[in-house]
Amino acid sequence: MRRLRAVLLHLVLLIGVVLAATPLIWMVSASLMRPGEANSSPPPFLPAQPTLEHYRALFTSLSVGRYIVNSLLVSVGGTLGALLIVGLAGYAFAKLRFRGRQPVFRGLLAAMVIPGQVAMLPMFILLRELGLVNTLVGAMIPFLAPVYGIFLVRQYALSIPDDLLQAARLDGATEFQIFRLIVLPGIAPVLATLGVFTFLGAWNDFMWPLIILSDDAKYTLPVALANLTGEHVQDVELMMSGAVVTVLPVFIAFLFLQRYYIQGIMTGSVKG
Amino acid sequence: MTVGGSTAESRAGWAFVTPALALIGIFFVLPVAGAFVLSFTDFDLYSIGGPGNTRFVGLANYRDLLTTPLFWTALRNTLYFVLVGGPLSVAVSLAAALLVNARTVRLKPFFRAAFFAPWVTTLVAVALLWRYIYHPQYGLLNAAIGVFGLGPVDWLGDPAWAMPSIILLSVWKNFGYNMLIFLAGLQAIPEELYEAASLDGAGAWHRFRHVTVPMLGPTLVFVGIVTMITSFQIFSEPYVMTQGGPLKSTTTLMLFMYEEGFRWWRLGFAATIAVVLFLLTLAGTVVQLRFRREAQG
Repeated sequence: MRRLRAVLLHLVLLIGVVLAATPLIWMVSASLMRPGEANSSPPPFLPAQPTLEHYRALFTSLSVGRYIVNSLLVSVGGTLGALLIVGLAGYAFAKLRFRGRQPVFRGLLAAMVIPGQVAMLPMFILLRELGLVNTLVGAMIPFLAPVYGIFLVRQYALSIPDDLLQAARLDGATEFQIFRLIVLPGIAPVLATLGVFTFLGAWNDFMWPLIILSDDAKYTLPVALANLTGEHVQDVELMMSGAVVTVLPVFIAFLFLQRYYIQGIMTGSVKG
Repeated sequence: MTVGGSTAESRAGWAFVTPALALIGIFFVLPVAGAFVLSFTDFDLYSIGGPGNTRFVGLANYRDLLTTPLFWTALRNTLYFVLVGGPLSVAVSLAAALLVNARTVRLKPFFRAAFFAPWVTTLVAVALLWRYIYHPQYGLLNAAIGVFGLGPVDWLGDPAWAMPSIILLSVWKNFGYNMLIFLAGLQAIPEELYEAASLDGAGAWHRFRHVTVPMLGPTLVFVGIVTMITSFQIFSEPYVMTQGGPLKSTTTLMLFMYEEGFRWWRLGFAATIAVVLFLLTLAGTVVQLRFRREAQG
């Protein structure tokens, strides 16, 4: 009886896995089909003769290489900026005593609940005045100082022993040296978590780059993909290869860095 | 010496937080305040040409908003997504977490990762993918339900089905995230509570009802409210899958704001929709805080 229940349980879980994975498997499968093959009834699940021609078309006539570069610049630039800016601020809020620390931190926490979309219209006007419309820097800006990241790093940095910092000060280390040599190695795990989330968020972002990037040559992958749909919506196989190219980098990153995602969410939330 | 040290520390503290505060101040706090100011102006295409062409118009934009039928349609569609999709998504997450967490399950990390995988994908790419899955003639979904003699359904072409279809995509994409939060909550429940309940002769349902649910309560409230708040922001799914149609049945508040602001360049008017989003989020947060206080007291 107990045995039977365990088998049933695994069966239900496996059905769940099939349901969760089928769309993604079909996406890859359709991207390898010949033109028009996916548009038949009943729809084939696997390509009769797999072909890479759509991927070739993406990189030759549709210049997807450029969009990948744009997406990488925005995501990597945003992530590196966030790690430095948020690392410094999170540590300072946890360990450095300065006047106004508590009220400023409480203010930040309160700001965390306001959705970014509320700011988008004035942001556009502001960036237009600054000449940052249609630039990759403009697309990067919302990712540079995530408030939740400051909170995350602060919680982690609280566990750095004060004696260690004090000893370094007595040895004559400057505050920045202390940050670089003692704090940074100590908070490396939480920075890894912050890094994967920022990269993922910047790579997958759509609404803001759609607003701020107006020139085809500046598009990130999601914006380019949505734009291609207008012209090529009938070309299922081509569009699916575009979707695969868009998803693949973050998916591979997830496979290799799984524990940073999963631990980040599971530990971050218990406190919440 | 202590005094000198703490001055240096104080100076370093401000130096370390200044880059973050400057960015947040200029590119977040200022624009959020700007959204309120903007909503009282007639900022439009002419203002983009020369900011001098902007005037304060008082509450005219709000009067305009409340008499625009599409606003009420968008509000209704957004609430539909929030009130139906939100609870459904939380329920699926909780069910998945309970299954994965069951004691006899092997390969837990595999199931956990497989259910989480859709969450890391790019929304635009999978919204496009599901657009094809929902194709009335060649789509996978109609082929699948056809096996059981059902359908075909014009998922995205029928105003009655378009929003449920978007909800299904978003449950599929997002349930893995909340599942992880529930798993963390479940793992924090002490094993002894279950053992004690079993000794008292409680069956599986009673253990769930009298141990799991009360112990998971705060997590449930947290997940529920956060899901609700983020659901108000739905934009990409209708943009990619339906462009707000058919018959405006999937036009959401953010899609409406985007079109007014960046297609028709009526930024002053669009800012009122941003204010509405702000107020909805604020209401959600207040509800959350009240719930938490009740749960604690």
